[in-house]
Amino acid sequence: MQPAVLNRRILKWSLGAAAALLLPLINPNPYHLDVLTTALLYGLLALGLNLIVGLTGVLHLGYAAFFAIGAYTYGLLSIRLGCPFWLGWIPSAAVAGLFGVALGVPALRVRGDYLAIVTLGFGEIVRITLTNLDRFTGGPNGLVGIAHPVLWTPRGAMDFGVASMPYYYLVCVATALAAGLSVRLSRSRIGRAWIAIREDELAASCAGVPVLELKLAAQGCGGAIAGVAGAIFAAKQGAITPDSFDFILSVMVLAMVVLGGLGSIRGAVIGALLLGSLPELLRGFEQYRMLIFGLSMIIVMRLRPQGLFGGFQRGSRNAAA
Amino acid sequence: MGITPLQLFLQQLTNGLTLGSIYALIALGYTMIYGVIQLINFAHGEVFMVGAYLACSLLIVVSAAIPGLPWVVTLLLCGLGAMAACGLLGIAIERAAYRPIRQAPRLNALITAIGLSFLLQNVIMLIYGATDLQVPSPVPMVRWNVGGITVTVMQLVIWTSGAGLMLGLHVLVMSTRLGKAMRATAQDLTACALLGIPVGRIIATTFAIGSALAAMGGMLFAFHYGTINFHDGYLVGLKAFTAAVLGGIGNIPGAMVGGLVLGLLEGLGAGYLSAQWKNVFAFAILVVLLLCKPTGLLGERVADRA
Repeated sequence: MQPAVLNRRILKWSLGAAAALLLPLINPNPYHLDVLTTALLYGLLALGLNLIVGLTGVLHLGYAAFFAIGAYTYGLLSIRLGCPFWLGWIPSAAVAGLFGVALGVPALRVRGDYLAIVTLGFGEIVRITLTNLDRFTGGPNGLVGIAHPVLWTPRGAMDFGVASMPYYYLVCVATALAAGLSVRLSRSRIGRAWIAIREDELAASCAGVPVLELKLAAQGCGGAIAGVAGAIFAAKQGAITPDSFDFILSVMVLAMVVLGGLGSIRGAVIGALLLGSLPELLRGFEQYRMLIFGLSMIIVMRLRPQGLFGGFQRGSRNAAA
Repeated sequence: MGITPLQLFLQQLTNGLTLGSIYALIALGYTMIYGVIQLINFAHGEVFMVGAYLACSLLIVVSAAIPGLPWVVTLLLCGLGAMAACGLLGIAIERAAYRPIRQAPRLNALITAIGLSFLLQNVIMLIYGATDLQVPSPVPMVRWNVGGITVTVMQLVIWTSGAGLMLGLHVLVMSTRLGKAMRATAQDLTACALLGIPVGRIIATTFAIGSALAAMGGMLFAFHYGTINFHDGYLVGLKAFTAAVLGGIGNIPGAMVGGLVLGLLEGLGAGYLSAQWKNVFAFAILVVLLLCKPTGLLGERVADRA
């Protein structure tokens, strides 16, 4: 890589990092930080889904299920075993990732629109199961009393509690790591194979790409990222209910990925920041905000079908995902 | 007097058939639109909901304007009015939202559909408010006891109108010029355009018919349950979509069968297993069916457009 390009990239990342770090100091309004934290958490989800839908081209309509599994895994570990957050997010990622692979084994046998429907069914089944398994998951009331993260500093333990700022930084770090991981993955052998599958599955398989294994890997990675997001969500809220993980959430995250441009990593993050904060930005219009929200989705799709940052020229034949 | 197991079974069958008729009417719209342009119109559930609200408004207007009208006539006026209005809505949706992006990647249509859902839901919420709308049923609340099974007039209305509309649609699709053009467009859109079939108009007509059927489903749903909410389009739409896939999406008799089967399964599942799990039941059957027989019950070929 050219040193100049590398330098420019380092400059861009450090400028972004500095802006993210300084923002709470410039504007410490907890409400604004909270909105931003939520939007960044969406960004984390969008990055995970981008691996599945954006890079590999597997249309997934039940992504909220992985988020739910991550949240419930940490929630149960915290309540039943008193597991601290810094340990708890790891099994959350692992369980959600495993679910991704396990679902993929049967589901990836079907293709096209049917795959979308199977994943949609999976998402609904997970949510309803969480609602009905009262003994383990607390049923519709969900889990209450999940421990917030506690940071051990030289000056003693700092409980994140319900403050906004620590979670903002936590989500910032997680999103940045996921973005970095996505960039590295998408440029690796695996990432190139994923894109090959997306562009033409038959050609990829003829060229020796192990299609099924790589699709499973994408589902596993995407699921694991959603699992981490779920653990953070559960730790931040302190209480979770199955209603937080409905079909609308899956659809919203998908909308963020498509709006940002399929396969584009910064597109996924910016799409999430836009869609995640738009309902709050429009709060002044209160009654009309969801209406404007829906309308803007239609208009963007009409004016910029490739998404805001979609760089790839995609033929309509392969675009079905 | 206790209920014998046979009576319980028949009662659940009756309830399932009622629900299934409504699902089938909505599923037809999903399947027809998919058949013609391979688009899953996720906003279809909202059209159903809009139809339900329109029918309720019409009911109030009609019963205030012409008091003393026989209830069958009132019902007919409400149904036809809602169907006409939603047919126009369907055309407008196709023109404004889907036609401009027909060449774009298919995911875009999905996002557009989601945007449309938000739009329609919130327009209805702004007009009618966010709380449940209580619907005074125009149909007399008569219950018959047929061998220990309760049947209401409303259920009879649902069965007859459902069967009538499906029969009408079958005749329209199988033995009219328009129906022939629709079937041809479903087989090969480009070839039809080359042969001079006005595909744009055929697609718009398909949207109009599908939306009108959904409006009828909406009216029957609202009058049967006596309440409607602007959120109702989502779950009912999802169920109807499941029904369409169950029967083999793109296949019109399949949607009818799928709707009835799903309604029966739900009715029986709610009666014998547990009402809580009935939605899991529906989706689990869907998933298993897709994995074992991906074309649905009556489907012919897989939508294998990668």
